[in-house]
Amino acid sequence: MSIVEMIERLGALVLDGIARLGTFSLFLISALFYAIMPPYKPRLLIRQISSIGAESLFLIVLIATFTGMVLGLQGYNALHRFGSDTALGTVVALILVRELGPVLAALMIAARAGSAMAAELGSMQATEQIDALTVMAINPIQYLVSPRVLAGVISFPLLTSIFDVIAIWGGYLVGVKLLGAPSGPYFNGIATNLSGHDIMTGLYKALVFGVVVMWVCCYKGYNAERMATGVSRATTQAVVLSSVLILAWDYFLTSILL
Amino acid sequence: MSELQTNHDGANAIKVRDLRRRFDHQQVLDGVTLDMPAGQITTIVGPSGSGKTVLLKHLNLLLRPDSGQIVIDNVDVTKLRGTAVDAVREKIGMLFQAGALFDSLSVFDNVAFPLVEKTNLPRTEIEQRVLETLRSVGLDGMEHKYPSELSGGMQKRAALARALVRRPKILMLDEPTTGLDPSRTRAIHELIRHTQENFQLTVVMVSHDVPAVFEVSDRVAFLHRGKTHLNGTVAEVMAADDEIFKHFLAGKASGAENEALAG
Ligand SMILES: Nc1ncnc2c1ncn2[C@@H]1O[C@H](COP(=O)(O)OP(=O)(O)OP(=O)(O)O)[C@@H](O)[C@H]1O
Ligand SMILES: [Mg+2]
Repeated sequence: MSIVEMIERLGALVLDGIARLGTFSLFLISALFYAIMPPYKPRLLIRQISSIGAESLFLIVLIATFTGMVLGLQGYNALHRFGSDTALGTVVALILVRELGPVLAALMIAARAGSAMAAELGSMQATEQIDALTVMAINPIQYLVSPRVLAGVISFPLLTSIFDVIAIWGGYLVGVKLLGAPSGPYFNGIATNLSGHDIMTGLYKALVFGVVVMWVCCYKGYNAERMATGVSRATTQAVVLSSVLILAWDYFLTSILL
Repeated sequence: MSELQTNHDGANAIKVRDLRRRFDHQQVLDGVTLDMPAGQITTIVGPSGSGKTVLLKHLNLLLRPDSGQIVIDNVDVTKLRGTAVDAVREKIGMLFQAGALFDSLSVFDNVAFPLVEKTNLPRTEIEQRVLETLRSVGLDGMEHKYPSELSGGMQKRAALARALVRRPKILMLDEPTTGLDPSRTRAIHELIRHTQENFQLTVVMVSHDVPAVFEVSDRVAFLHRGKTHLNGTVAEVMAADDEIFKHFLAGKASGAENEALAG
């Protein structure tokens, strides 16, 4: 391969990448644009919120319980060495509310509801249901994608809050009930030391993750290739890309919100 | 056919001129020119992969051509954007090759969908129209089933009902009978002819059921290598002395093209 050819290929690759990034961004922009344009369909939004909730709630509760229990265990062991058992509640709550709650909840919702969403849209694409909407003069982005992205914005912070509360309770269960950290300071510490800023940081993160996860999962499903493996590939890619982007955005958001 | 022509002064509902479209390195449509008269059934035939579906998707503006013209009711639709596109689409009912029924909705809700989403009709009126349309395709009593609970032929009929429910002027059908047995095929053909006459529709149909489909067609277009190789009334096309078309017909008759059943 000559140098010129190599440069040509590299150029084509870069241009292709930029074009893809362009359509990826445009997808979110038009979803948000059509979310604020009439006709409004609150029914679709409510259905999406309830299906995200229904699919993910059990998993969130389960994961939150164990996460909280592990935090209680580790936190107690670490703090006990320094004789600061009383700080357990504060430490557990801070880690959860600022960091683990939004991230783990988002990862779980992506794995459960996000993948289901990518598969659903993927099979709608594969079986021409999206084309069918288009020829009925119904904008498929507005009908399918906008409600899902909005539902993400609403349900991620809600599910994250549930995650936090349950995990704090899980930490209490292990740290206080099982290992014997003092009970009073656990919740008092949280009440005095957890600031509004901490809580808002967590909710901002959840909100951003909601947009990112729904964006990626809808995009991958919506653009699934029309072949036998198209839907499963779209689903896998949606979960992997969502997870990577959740962690990347988490770093970015932490660094600006800290 | 002559009485149809007097009904409709022979005007062309759809005119296609030198339509070209390429995907990557494949010139799928390579100069398609075709007239589809109002109030007639025009059937597009051709080997699998010859671009029949792609052509149909250009006619309802799902795809855009690289060059060429599509004129629907005297409007060049190839340059239309935005709400003007929707206005054209409202004239058209489309049956997709795989039915494209919404899995998450019952048969009733599928058929009601275009009315619920795009009209302000009262609920009772919608209900009445949906049940009436379902009856006309022979699906009465099936309205509470889901698409996955229907046989292939019933899915096609449900999809046909959905395409018809808004009473479009133009009906586009992508392989309405593929995968059905001969008696069901005939039933669907009769249904199409019956509906066409009832509502004075202009029908554009893609079909693999050669030569059975010729019985219900007024005109036939034969696509080959992205071009309209033959195009005329059924009698004209059948009488044409054309090696490629004869070869195509013979291949069909011997059932050589089995991949057609995949749809
Ligand atoms: N979106 C697309 N991107 C790339 N190529 C496409 C696309 N749609 C169709 N093609 C190609 O265009 C050609 C014609 O496809 P089309 O679906 O129109 O065939 P067809 O005549 O309808 O065949 P069949 O009878 O099997 O349905 C095929 O080779 C197909 O690979
Ligand atoms: Mg086809």
